[in-house]
Amino acid sequence: MSHLVLDGLTKRFGGFTAVDAMNLSVERGEFVSLLGPSGCGKTTTLQMIAGFVDVDRGGIRLDGADLVSVAPNKRGLGIVFQSYALFPHMTVAENIAFGLEMRDVSKPDRDKRTLAAMELVGLKGFADRYPRRMSGGQQQRVALARALVIKPALLLLDEPLSNLDAKLREEMQGELRQIQRSVGTTTILVTHDQHEAMALSDRIVVMNQGRIEQIGAPDQVYDRPASAFVASFLGKTNVLAGTGDGQGSVAIGDLVLPLPGAGKGPLQLAVRPERLSIAAAGEPGLEARILGRVFQGTHWLLSAQSAAGALTLMRGNDGAAVPTEGETVRLRFNAADAALLPGGAAP
Amino acid sequence: MSLAVTERNSPFLLTGPALLVFLGLVIIPLGMTVLLSFYDWGQYKGIVPEFTLKNWVEVFTDSYFFEIFLRTFRIAILVTLASILIGVPEAYILNRMAPAWRSAFLLVVIGPLLVSVVARTLGWALLLGSTGLVNQGLIALGLITTPLEFMFTETGVVIVLIHVLIPFMILAVWASLQRLDPQIENAALSLGASRLTIWRRVILPQIVPGILSGSIIVFSLAASAFASPAIIGGRRLKVAATLAYDEFLNTLNWPLGAAVASLLLLALVLITVGSNRLIERRYAQVFE
Amino acid sequence: MRRNSPPALIFHGLFVVFMLAPLLIVCVVAFTPEGYLSLPTRGPSLRWFKAIFDYPEFIRAFRDSLWLAALSSTIAIMLAVPAALAIARYRFPGREAMTTLFMSPLMVPHVVLGIAFLRFFTQIGISGTFVGLVLSHIIVVIPFALRLVLAASYGIDRRIEHAAISLGAGTSTVFRRVTLPLILPGVVSGWLLAAINSFDEVTMTVFIASPATVTLPVRMFLYIQDNIDPLIAAVSACLIAMTAALLFALDRLFGLDRLFVGSGKG
Repeated sequence: MSHLVLDGLTKRFGGFTAVDAMNLSVERGEFVSLLGPSGCGKTTTLQMIAGFVDVDRGGIRLDGADLVSVAPNKRGLGIVFQSYALFPHMTVAENIAFGLEMRDVSKPDRDKRTLAAMELVGLKGFADRYPRRMSGGQQQRVALARALVIKPALLLLDEPLSNLDAKLREEMQGELRQIQRSVGTTTILVTHDQHEAMALSDRIVVMNQGRIEQIGAPDQVYDRPASAFVASFLGKTNVLAGTGDGQGSVAIGDLVLPLPGAGKGPLQLAVRPERLSIAAAGEPGLEARILGRVFQGTHWLLSAQSAAGALTLMRGNDGAAVPTEGETVRLRFNAADAALLPGGAAP
Repeated sequence: MSLAVTERNSPFLLTGPALLVFLGLVIIPLGMTVLLSFYDWGQYKGIVPEFTLKNWVEVFTDSYFFEIFLRTFRIAILVTLASILIGVPEAYILNRMAPAWRSAFLLVVIGPLLVSVVARTLGWALLLGSTGLVNQGLIALGLITTPLEFMFTETGVVIVLIHVLIPFMILAVWASLQRLDPQIENAALSLGASRLTIWRRVILPQIVPGILSGSIIVFSLAASAFASPAIIGGRRLKVAATLAYDEFLNTLNWPLGAAVASLLLLALVLITVGSNRLIERRYAQVFE
Repeated sequence: MRRNSPPALIFHGLFVVFMLAPLLIVCVVAFTPEGYLSLPTRGPSLRWFKAIFDYPEFIRAFRDSLWLAALSSTIAIMLAVPAALAIARYRFPGREAMTTLFMSPLMVPHVVLGIAFLRFFTQIGISGTFVGLVLSHIIVVIPFALRLVLAASYGIDRRIEHAAISLGAGTSTVFRRVTLPLILPGVVSGWLLAAINSFDEVTMTVFIASPATVTLPVRMFLYIQDNIDPLIAAVSACLIAMTAALLFALDRLFGLDRLFVGSGKG
């Protein structure tokens, strides 16, 4: 039996459907990200699980028991908010101990568990500090400790790292993942940051306009996007127009690739920039004119125009010559690197 | 029970007590006062709860009342204008001071607000009397030979009310000055504007809403002022508020006093609501 | 920050003199040794301050005023806190109208309120009582309490309360342990401002005070109506000194600009 089940979960605000009949099963100990642009319904979903937003239709079950009818303060979930939402008038230790106090944990036990939680998040010695006098990263750790110390059935993370600068965010990602592994709490992360979702999650749920676009492991979602939206939301991607012959092969310019399952007539393929390469002389390829190039340190990003559409490709900064603006090149890629997008005709 | 469901009733539970208190202690008494203004009264029969328009007719036709209301609003307008002329530059000067000086002088502006109006007016009575410091000073300077009359004159009342009410103007203007981008004067300077042009074209238009809201406050408080006109103006120089007081506590003609009070309230509500509407419509697009 | 020009500073100096002169003259005259109004040219004397104690009505009025201010502002703040929380965080029908209503005692002339209360209290038979004074002062000071609590309530991040709820706190615990501490500065300053305004109120109170229950400002007003002498100057000087002390304390505690500015409408 799944640990957390969302069953046809629906929320409307006036005429706007924020979450539309969402189904999701999460296993015990799993780290699942809800990923999508703002307004896609991911935060509303989290708020419904937490109990801060009413459910219009559908159910939420935790270990088979209905959660919707449970008051938000009786759900026993740990939540880390985007703004951290620390109690500014309480010290770090008081913040962390608050949930234990609400559970009538005895004072000695409370102190012991608070201390352990501070150690877990690397805040030993900060017990008497007030949140205002701590850095964003430290506040983040307090929020995490406060949520984990009550041994929550679920850990809900609402864009927890978005207020940190890039370097700190990367650091915290690693640490968050490691802490979650060690305590084994089932975790739902809400984020609009694809890198964060890919770095942290066992599975990613890509959402758009209140609906789930795709659920899968990070590499699976990245390499095999189920829709043009997923393909473009997760990293850079090229959507190329091709023509299927109805017998499992697709023509993109001069390039003909075997793609089982491709239909007949015009269709769309998604290919990542890093999977496009320049064809050797005499090899078939897609002709493209280089429009511009941008140096990125480890690689170059080239923008180009082809008969199959505008595209971006990557060339490693490995000493080899890089095509210049105005040059015409012939591009190729492997059939395994192309994802067939549903939706039939090219635009 | 979900959080959101309990929250649907919360606003009414939370505002309920205050709302009941206001219904019982503001709406009903004000309503009764308006009602009272339509009651009859006689020297020997007292208040008679019979509907009559005679109080209102008297207030609107007797030149005695007309003169008092005219004086009341004349004083209020003078006080408001003077508060603008003194308060706006003073707020601007305060705003340009170093923070330490500014908070010290803010005490000078706000402090008098917290001192009882009676004590402040007493100070002015001591200053403005015929042997007061102001007259002695002016005579010593050779500017005048006989003392000027401030007590029991409109001039005296206006001076005192400026002192009493100007803090409201300064606070309102200062609040709008603080919303100004501090770089905006430099921007105008860099574009070649002179000091005066900057004031007229850049600063002033942005603080006009503050000036107007300050003016509404000063005007309505000046028009309804009681203690200062009563002490400085005395029995001779009546304004609307002291008139109502006399009708209630000396003549004991409550219905007539109620009519005076209702008229004052009505006039002020119309003026303040009207000018608020005007300001909001005119400046809504600039200051969202 | 550009400096103020010399003419601006002269203007400012004159303004400061204008603001302080009436208060200073009261304090100076209070120290006169003469039996009539005059400057203490023969050196300061405390005779009129001592004389205050021969007039128990001033002492009693002072005590009544303190009680009245404490009681009415406490009740006002108890009404204002829930109302402010509701107005700050919910959108409900009548919200705007309610806010206007609660702030209306600022705009309704106090003369009119005084007359209305006099009429109302006479009708229900509590005219001239201390209860009547408290009820009327609650109304007059609620706007001050509400405005400051409201400003504090708008500043709360509701997710802090959500955090407390998710950790298991019930409604009353959230209020006691999280919401109230967060708005406490607003509550305290709102209470103080309400108390000061209740203590100073004279226009409305003059209508409903009776010989048995008179506040200090009303007692002073009635005294001045009869005659102005050094005694009343001494009483006023005491008031001014107390206010000055309070003002410095408030400035230290909260910062006066926080208390008064940004909430422009007075």
